[in-house]
Amino acid sequence: MTPRSTEDRLVGRSVARREDPRLLTGRGRFVDDIALPGMLHAQFVRSTVAHAEVTAVDLSAVRQVPGVVAAFTAADLGLGDITARLDRPLTEFVPTAMPVLARDRVRYVGEPLAIVVARDAYAAEDGLEAAKVSYAPLAPVTCEDEALAEGAPLLHDAAPRNTLVDVSLFASEGIDAVFAAAPCVVHVDSRTGRQNALPLETRGTVAHWDDREEQLVLETCTQVPHQVRTVAARCLGLDERAVRVRVPDMGGGFGLKCVVGREEIAAAAAALRLRRPVKWIEDRKDALTASFLAREQHYDVRAAFDAEGRILGLDADVVCDMGAYSCYPFTAGIEPLMASAEMPGVYKVPAYRVRGRAITTNKAPTAPYRGVSRPQYVMVVERLFERAARELGLDPVEIRRRNVITDFPYTGVNGITYDPGSYREALDLCERTVREEGWYEKQAAAAAEGRHLGIGYSCFSERTGYGSTAFAQRKMEVVPGFDLSEVRMDTSGAVTVTTGTMSHGQSHETTMAQIVADELGLPLAKVKLHQGDTDRITYGWGTFASRSITVGGSAVRLAAAELGKKLRRIAAARWGVAPEETECGEGCVRRRDEPAVSLSYEQLAEIAYLKAHLLPKDIAPGLTGTAAFDVFNDGTFSNATHACVVELHEGTGQVEILRYLCVEDCGVAINPQVVEGQCRGGIAQGIAGALFEQVTYDAQGEPSATGFMDYKVPTAHEIPDVAIHHLETPCAFTETGAKGAGEGGTIGAPAAVLNAVNDALRTTGVELDHTPITPEAVHNALRRQRTLEHTR
Amino acid sequence: MTDLQLMTLDVNGEEHEVVAESRRTLVDVLRHDLRLTGTHVGCEHGICGACTVLVDDRPVRACLMFAAQAEGTRIRTVESLSQGTGECELSDLQRAFSEHHGLQCGFCTPGFLMLAEGFLAERPDASKEEIREVVAANLCRCTGYQTIVEAIDDCAAARRRAGKEN
Repeated sequence: MTPRSTEDRLVGRSVARREDPRLLTGRGRFVDDIALPGMLHAQFVRSTVAHAEVTAVDLSAVRQVPGVVAAFTAADLGLGDITARLDRPLTEFVPTAMPVLARDRVRYVGEPLAIVVARDAYAAEDGLEAAKVSYAPLAPVTCEDEALAEGAPLLHDAAPRNTLVDVSLFASEGIDAVFAAAPCVVHVDSRTGRQNALPLETRGTVAHWDDREEQLVLETCTQVPHQVRTVAARCLGLDERAVRVRVPDMGGGFGLKCVVGREEIAAAAAALRLRRPVKWIEDRKDALTASFLAREQHYDVRAAFDAEGRILGLDADVVCDMGAYSCYPFTAGIEPLMASAEMPGVYKVPAYRVRGRAITTNKAPTAPYRGVSRPQYVMVVERLFERAARELGLDPVEIRRRNVITDFPYTGVNGITYDPGSYREALDLCERTVREEGWYEKQAAAAAEGRHLGIGYSCFSERTGYGSTAFAQRKMEVVPGFDLSEVRMDTSGAVTVTTGTMSHGQSHETTMAQIVADELGLPLAKVKLHQGDTDRITYGWGTFASRSITVGGSAVRLAAAELGKKLRRIAAARWGVAPEETECGEGCVRRRDEPAVSLSYEQLAEIAYLKAHLLPKDIAPGLTGTAAFDVFNDGTFSNATHACVVELHEGTGQVEILRYLCVEDCGVAINPQVVEGQCRGGIAQGIAGALFEQVTYDAQGEPSATGFMDYKVPTAHEIPDVAIHHLETPCAFTETGAKGAGEGGTIGAPAAVLNAVNDALRTTGVELDHTPITPEAVHNALRRQRTLEHTR
Repeated sequence: MTDLQLMTLDVNGEEHEVVAESRRTLVDVLRHDLRLTGTHVGCEHGICGACTVLVDDRPVRACLMFAAQAEGTRIRTVESLSQGTGECELSDLQRAFSEHHGLQCGFCTPGFLMLAEGFLAERPDASKEEIREVVAANLCRCTGYQTIVEAIDDCAAARRRAGKEN
């Protein structure tokens, strides 16, 4: 029972963002905006070779450079390693110890070897140039084929065949017989390009020792402040109490900032050693080449169908190139385990077998990136359905219609139970909209003129609200899932909310406040969210996996309800009635039988703090509500169907997006405008992966995309407007009915784009299965096809 | 030891004297010497546009210009858009960005605001397509650009309407 009627509620309304005024006026405070007295500036001496024994690191000349204050190697600092683990046998998982600074071995170009600290950022750069590092080069391992080759050089001695994760799951009985007997078996072999999540703000930190609090204060832009605290404490040998992580405004993260970086720990160590504040701001070249990357995967998947187009089985081999080390806390399992567990997706797949592997190569390591494997496996599964539709002469939407889950809850062959969604409704509405907008006629008209228009769909769901139960199935050594919240009312009746989640663009200062304001009957202005401070909340898992509103938002609502209960108990005691006879109203507690009788929150706060003698003995002074929230099932699934219309220009190989539609269902939308923003931004990143972005290396493992001239981030010129339709299937077990909305756009876009491109190519005999679909890729495929036809 | 230079910069109508190395970029002087941290640094090689400021009314990448080169010019940063201190004093352009949800993390936003401020002053009659072309000069990783284009277009239309009424 909330104090507000449906029409008065803030939840469900696109209220103006609390974040906007400061961000629009230049008064936000990002990590590089922080300046502390006596602050020094750090940069890193980084490996210039992909794979080598380090024979010497000589910093003597560095220390002579004007403005350089200090320079430290691994040996100087003696820090513990960052090691992420899974509770799996060595046959399934091999941990890697990632040193904060490399010692005797480097495993990728850009790996940090030493930290140089100077009076300003310019002098720090000068210092780097004076460093002398000697290497004994080893043969680099730069791709899957090299990594898995017989006798390949090993990155980690403990990891034979350069394999960090190797799991075989689900192996449905009789699956080979299913494939042998199936009237239609299709195959997709797909490779997806390595990407950078690319928050526009690079990583960075300001570290200083606070003598009075006896604390290392790390102001750092991270999605996971408590995990940074844990790793910093372990590597530096401090109690966790002695580390405080505070997060300023963040310029995006998208997963890249939900793992713990080595540089922030090294900067902290330097600050401790020098007893002066040390700032490190990553430059763009390092961000592109030496931070965390993602998405380089290889799928070899077969699907069996019956003659009516019903899927009979899915048989998958997934290899993810995770680079040099496991990231903390997720490990190199993040991508292969996500793909393996979730691949059947929205379809009723009766038989499933998957082998998921993580391999290690001489490239910067991999972190989760918005969608984690789902943009890839959705693309592969959607390609399989399109290919089967062609073989069976079925309409590509119709074949999906025959296979999507329609009866909920549905427990899949992967053992996952899907809560109710609108898979079929979203598919139908999306297709209907494409038809009503006349795209099929336009396609036919274009074909008559010899132009190539293609229409592509993708149909998917996204598991959000992973609680401890779901994360435990990953067998991580540390199991994320729950979140905590405290809602505190001050003597003026205003409320401060703490959360363990960490908004970095997702508008939680607005949406979480909407939830609390409704629960207590307060105006939005009376509610302030505090996040990103490990001293203000005992623990939190941060923001990733579209978990913040589902899990964090539920904790926030429960904590507000607890505060409401306390306010009602105080009021009830004043009136001499049972608390059940009271309720929270607009800014007050009132009697249910006599709503005109009320005590305002200001009056109750005055009693709770300033006139505590009026409280009965069994009610403690003060006004706080605390709560924890966790999810004890498999989580909640958002879903969507995307449609994309492209024109493919044969001469240039260019793919132009003419129309993009998204029908999405994330349950109750706390703030519809924010949800749409997440969809559009997500779709833009999905399109970026499908058509433009790729981190590339030469044969020696040298990164060849070191700036935005080579790593092509799409602009307003390439990204189309997106039309969004909402469906709403409320989640039954989150406190607000919301499902996660942060990643869906990115998940659906590559499949829709790739299917549209292949539809545009349907008369050419060319099919493309790899991303990014660059103009060169299209052009080369068409040329090969023409040569092939010619030689016939 | 280093090549220090005394320079006078006119920023947001205020004169500042700065002693800085001649190699110091305009954006670093604005952010770290004058503490006008609203202008951001996204790439330091002139592509992302997060550091866009107005120099003599034209949008300029402040990461590609030495501070010393800006002597004798009029520099405007995001801090100049709203006069006063309260939320209600956002400029019409800033309000349009908020109304259209043209920002999420807000890191690229000052660059887009200054880009639009400079462009609309020069081309108040710009069409939505022309606005899109200009927006393509900068990078945003959060919004997908649509709402940025809509915000600028809406602001331009409102200014044109107000111009007709006067």
